[in-house]
Amino acid sequence: MNLYFKYLLILFKSQMQYRTSFWLLSIGQFFIPFSVFAGLYFLFERFGQIKGWDFFEVALCFAIIHMAFSLSECFARGFDTFSSLIIKGDFDRVLVRPRSTFLQVLGSKFEFTRIGRLAQSAIVLLWALNNLPIEWSLVKAVTLFFMITSGVLIFTGIYMLAATMCFWTVQGLEVANIFTDGGREMAQYPLNIYHKWVARFFTYVIPFGTVNYLPLLFILGKTNGNEVLYMLTPVLGSLFILPCFLVWQFGVRHYRSTGS
Amino acid sequence: MKVYASILKIRLLIGMQYRSAAWAGVATQFFWGFISIMVFKAFYEFAAVTPPISLKELITYIWLQQAFLAFIMLWFRDNELFDLITSGNIAYELCRPTDLYGFWYAKLLAQRLSSALLRCYPILILAFFLPKPYNLTLPPNVLTFILFVITLLLGLLLLVAISMFLYISVFITLSPMGSLLIFGVLGEFFAGLIIPVPLMPLWLQKIAYVLPFRWTADFPFRVYSGHITQSDAVIGVFIQLVYLLALLWLGKLALNSVLKRVVVQGG
Amino acid sequence: MIKVEGITKSFKVAKRSTGLLQAAKSLVHREHTIVEALKDISFTIEPGEIVGYIGPNGAGKSTTIKIMSGILVPDGGTCNIMGFTPWKNRVEYVKNIGVVFGQRSQLWWDVPVIDSFELLKDIYKIPQQEYQSTFDLLVETLELKDIINAPVRQLSLGQRMRCEIAASLIHNPQILFLDEPTIGLDAVSKIAVRQFIKTINQEKGVTVVLTTHDMNDIEALANRVILIGKGSLLYDGNLEELRKRFGSQKTITADYRKNPNPIDIAGTSVISWSPEHVVLSIDTEQTLSSEVITKLSSQVELLDVTIESQPIEDIIIQLYKEFQI
Repeated sequence: MNLYFKYLLILFKSQMQYRTSFWLLSIGQFFIPFSVFAGLYFLFERFGQIKGWDFFEVALCFAIIHMAFSLSECFARGFDTFSSLIIKGDFDRVLVRPRSTFLQVLGSKFEFTRIGRLAQSAIVLLWALNNLPIEWSLVKAVTLFFMITSGVLIFTGIYMLAATMCFWTVQGLEVANIFTDGGREMAQYPLNIYHKWVARFFTYVIPFGTVNYLPLLFILGKTNGNEVLYMLTPVLGSLFILPCFLVWQFGVRHYRSTGS
Repeated sequence: MKVYASILKIRLLIGMQYRSAAWAGVATQFFWGFISIMVFKAFYEFAAVTPPISLKELITYIWLQQAFLAFIMLWFRDNELFDLITSGNIAYELCRPTDLYGFWYAKLLAQRLSSALLRCYPILILAFFLPKPYNLTLPPNVLTFILFVITLLLGLLLLVAISMFLYISVFITLSPMGSLLIFGVLGEFFAGLIIPVPLMPLWLQKIAYVLPFRWTADFPFRVYSGHITQSDAVIGVFIQLVYLLALLWLGKLALNSVLKRVVVQGG
Repeated sequence: MIKVEGITKSFKVAKRSTGLLQAAKSLVHREHTIVEALKDISFTIEPGEIVGYIGPNGAGKSTTIKIMSGILVPDGGTCNIMGFTPWKNRVEYVKNIGVVFGQRSQLWWDVPVIDSFELLKDIYKIPQQEYQSTFDLLVETLELKDIINAPVRQLSLGQRMRCEIAASLIHNPQILFLDEPTIGLDAVSKIAVRQFIKTINQEKGVTVVLTTHDMNDIEALANRVILIGKGSLLYDGNLEELRKRFGSQKTITADYRKNPNPIDIAGTSVISWSPEHVVLSIDTEQTLSSEVITKLSSQVELLDVTIESQPIEDIIIQLYKEFQI
């Protein structure tokens, strides 16, 4: 929406006031996943493969999840830092403006420094794609796109759930990290390397599996069956955000009946 | 000494107030450990060559990492200290009767101790009772355990000495974020947090052994599981002491020179 | 315009624990107490009024404002403001009100004030022309020309508050809720803010509901005062009445040619005396100030006389005392 871009503009102007900090943080945001990727590289150097997946296949998986994560960190920053909004009492201000709470919280922050992580995962993506024997088609390209966008929506949904928790307590929010940071660390490998119930939980409850395993197999050409079905799997995962949205509304209602 | 004990008590109290945060933190670390173990298990399943560290020892390594995270990670931030340095209010600190290095050192030490004390027990206990093969195992004998405790505590002292450099560097860079990034990423990598040191390629291991970081984490954890023999462990203790004394001495020197600059420039 | 009837609201507050043992216990179980913030609050405010909503801390002032601005949903009672129930149809209702929270800012911190205004224009969907004319008016009357292009973080508190008030009026609301607007301001800024509120009330007919601890705000702006204490509405009436009820004390300060005799006038009590200066306190219900001055001039050679009413702070303190809050 037009208003959202106006929010982004004012936030960008704000952050540009602190230019050195911005660059330092962005560079840092590049090197953190870089060191994780280096670890991955060395492990593959030693072991050669993990449950049948080779290095570049896992690198592709890694890149997709990290891109989705970094994009969601950029967009959903307002929800990620919602606890400070609540503590400062600024949520009252949100309620006094004639716009949806969702839009306002979304527009309250945008973390531009996550570009560092985005850049790192983009490089890995290109490197992996370059070294994989994929037969490209429009369907596969769209699938890749869906995987990333669905990942963004799933992570954003988790951030929303964590933010909703703030209406009850501003403590214990670290739990959300299990699913955001933890989810990312876990989903950077194809889900089938994990114990069955872990894979199941992260396919049916928090649907990382829909952006990780099945579509990945499809892109790598390891599947038979309906192409369109594989392409749409990530889209199913993105539906996750809908119940999160409802939970958010429920949280807002609670805030309005109990005060801060 | 009494001052430091009360600092610790206050931090524990504060820690307990944030009860949900404490439980949430434990849960996060537990999850992280679990995932790491599963990943390594998957790698080990079809390992062509026998890895230099057994899976059982690796699992112990990972659980100890999580339980004693406060003793190894450099990401711990004392924003108070950062603000003090960047704002120039350091002048007030210099008026204190206590030696500045010692005072800050004690403060950082207390922070890490209190954080670890709260979290290590639940993780250790839970990890111990997990079904095989995920569980944490006991050390092979009592002597190993004693060696472990000694090396762990020395490692903690070493880590705080290293982190003092982090704060000293802020005097020069005037950017807490920048210093934190460099120290944090490099330090944690070479402590074995991203990839266990024995699994690194040989050339990287050589670098890791030269740097002090692995002596805070990788070393004590492998002493525990017996991966490092008792005799090697004793030698390692001496190396830890050497590093510790060297870093303490260098740290004090560095802090003094940096403070002199501050005084000369007029604060 | 504002009709509040029988509003009640209670909160659950968690009990805080002390000491290590208690803290460890609370890790497992938390106890709560119930606080009745508002008990059966009712009042009506006509368009164009300026109402001072006063009471000690924790009395329920902020809670009432939050309910009236649609933030909080009460447990019981009704509220009708301009035909809306504030907490229902929040988005529709909120377009018509402006709110200033004294200690919190609604402006974006690191960018020029004018950028915040422009974004507000988009948030409230104000047509360009209407925005421009309102903008010009606000800049002129609040004297914002020199500060409108500065980032908020560089402004002094007084300057910031002027911008905050302008920001709350940029969409031409019919009602303005002010929650402690002059807190922390210097004297000059306070006067500027009060003057401005009076102006928009008189010229644009904006209804103003103002909570404050500074009684001089009340004195300058509101002729109607609503007192709330411990959740209940205790007084709703004119400032004049309050004065009559509690403000009958006056002080007479007189300077005169050196006279060694102490002043003694029936119906007065001496607060301080020196051979050239005396301060007397009188109860105007019992003695006329004019009588006292006549008697005074017969005892000494008067040079200068001042008559002061009881400061409003005292009146309010007595009011609180009467209601035991």
